[in-house]
Amino acid sequence: MKIEGRVWMFGDNVDTDLIIPARYLNVSDKNELAKHCFADLRPEFVKEVRAGDIVVAGVNFGCGSSREQAPLAMKAAGVGAVIAKSFARIFYRNAFNIGLPIRDSEEAAEAFSEGARISVDLETGEIKATDKETRFFAKPVPDFMMEIVRAGGLVAYIKREGSF
Amino acid sequence: MPMTITEKILAAHAGKETVSPGELVQVNVDLALANDITAPLAIDVFDRLGVREVFDRERIALVPDHFVPNKDIESAQQVKVTREFARKHRIKHFFELGETGIEHVILPEKGLISPGDLVIGADSHTCTYGALGAFSAGVGSTDLGAILATGNTWLKVPATIKVVYEGNLRPWVGGKDLILYTLGLLGVAGAVYCSLEFTGEVMGRLSMAHRFTMANMAVEAGAKNGIFEPDGTTKEYMEGRSDRAGNFLKSDPDAYYEKEIKIMVDDMAPQVALPHSPDNVKPISEIGSVPLDQVFLGSCTNGRLEDLREAARLLQGRKVAGGTRLIVIPGSPLIYKEAIKEGIIETFLDAGAVIGPPCCGPCLGGHMGILAEGERALSTTNRNFVGRMGHPKSEVYLANPAVAAASAVMGQIASPEEI
Repeated sequence: MKIEGRVWMFGDNVDTDLIIPARYLNVSDKNELAKHCFADLRPEFVKEVRAGDIVVAGVNFGCGSSREQAPLAMKAAGVGAVIAKSFARIFYRNAFNIGLPIRDSEEAAEAFSEGARISVDLETGEIKATDKETRFFAKPVPDFMMEIVRAGGLVAYIKREGSF
Repeated sequence: MPMTITEKILAAHAGKETVSPGELVQVNVDLALANDITAPLAIDVFDRLGVREVFDRERIALVPDHFVPNKDIESAQQVKVTREFARKHRIKHFFELGETGIEHVILPEKGLISPGDLVIGADSHTCTYGALGAFSAGVGSTDLGAILATGNTWLKVPATIKVVYEGNLRPWVGGKDLILYTLGLLGVAGAVYCSLEFTGEVMGRLSMAHRFTMANMAVEAGAKNGIFEPDGTTKEYMEGRSDRAGNFLKSDPDAYYEKEIKIMVDDMAPQVALPHSPDNVKPISEIGSVPLDQVFLGSCTNGRLEDLREAARLLQGRKVAGGTRLIVIPGSPLIYKEAIKEGIIETFLDAGAVIGPPCCGPCLGGHMGILAEGERALSTTNRNFVGRMGHPKSEVYLANPAVAAASAVMGQIASPEEI
């Protein structure tokens, strides 16, 4: 599956309070949460994001609180994928569990800039700019995580397998 | 094969002789927990799994603590969903009203975690229980929902970073300063996916309150868990709280550590984390003049009786500076009651503090003391990212309870020695 969209650039250590501030955690509905995605960091995000847009970030993306509402808000807002130099461990698990595609790539954060049009091939991990020859591969995802993705998420995986 | 204490606990719960860093294992969970903002999503996942019963009604704890007493209608609905699930599945450890407090304060208090246990919680500060020599880590709601149904989860065995604290602590310096200093060294991504093992002669002398404080903030370095080897202090703490013996494990002397960091504490002063990151740490002498609008004493990091006592020692007979608000929230009803008996609450009230019901309160910008634009607070909490305690243009400094008390009196960041 290929995701294609515009790049939204973020820096290092973007924490989950920035992705979805705590004052919005009194609801669980993902469409409600989506309205406040990055509210304090990039107030224009929710209005201007288009389905399939790709968040590109530095190290330790999604650090801080374990709130699953963070990847949920991003996915519901239309984010097609997140590419970061590295992810915080709870965010990493949460993203896979709820079906928000994420990939590790050192190069992406350096190679792209705000508004660039890029694509991500989720099967091969290939990331490339749609108007240039810039292309590289994201770090491979552990087989086990790909199993969860192929099954359609954690719930589907467990229903099929019974357990792990 | 020699193993660290973290590896031993994972191996035991995976039914394996040994495990090594990087390995993926499936583990049984001794205790699974969630709070009022993470439980609703977990419950939804549980229901979608179509499983009829929870894996074990006695190994689950549901603790509304973030937005209680119910902050608003939406929060009341979330607590209601949690309560109804707890009733439907006869969850033994569901606490409400006069029984509830901050999850990471009340659960150890009630003896629900023993050394050697494997605990998974839908809250990043679940790592707190590592202070008891348990493996304890945070996950999101979907993972927790799956655990409610199956009683197990998958984990990648972390490599362990050993931190060795040597020397003698100066007055007013304790667990909070040690962990802040350590975060300053490691950075917020310095221990990603790793286990942080707190060792050295200083650790053996720390009381449980200080150990909880340190383990609590392991996550701020990106760690999967923080852990102490359980010892006589642990045993004494567990006495009367639990009839389970627990498993008092130790790391093998020749276990593999990814890194070893030695920290000499003799000259360590109280530490302060400046806005906007818990790793932006400086000794208090380097802080300069920072007037404060608010001081908060509480949270799963420093909301325990010892923390309140320490602050009360400094607030005794003194008043909070004009223009500075002091908010105190005891971590549990038991702590609150004990603090009343010891005259601590009266000391706080006489000083001009506001006392809140046991809950997370303003720590995460929930309620009970939110900051307005341009306001500055010093708190005994664990995070100070942008907007953490309120307006995105507010600032939060992190410190220990003694610094919080001194700062409240002075109306600006102050060392206990100054008063």
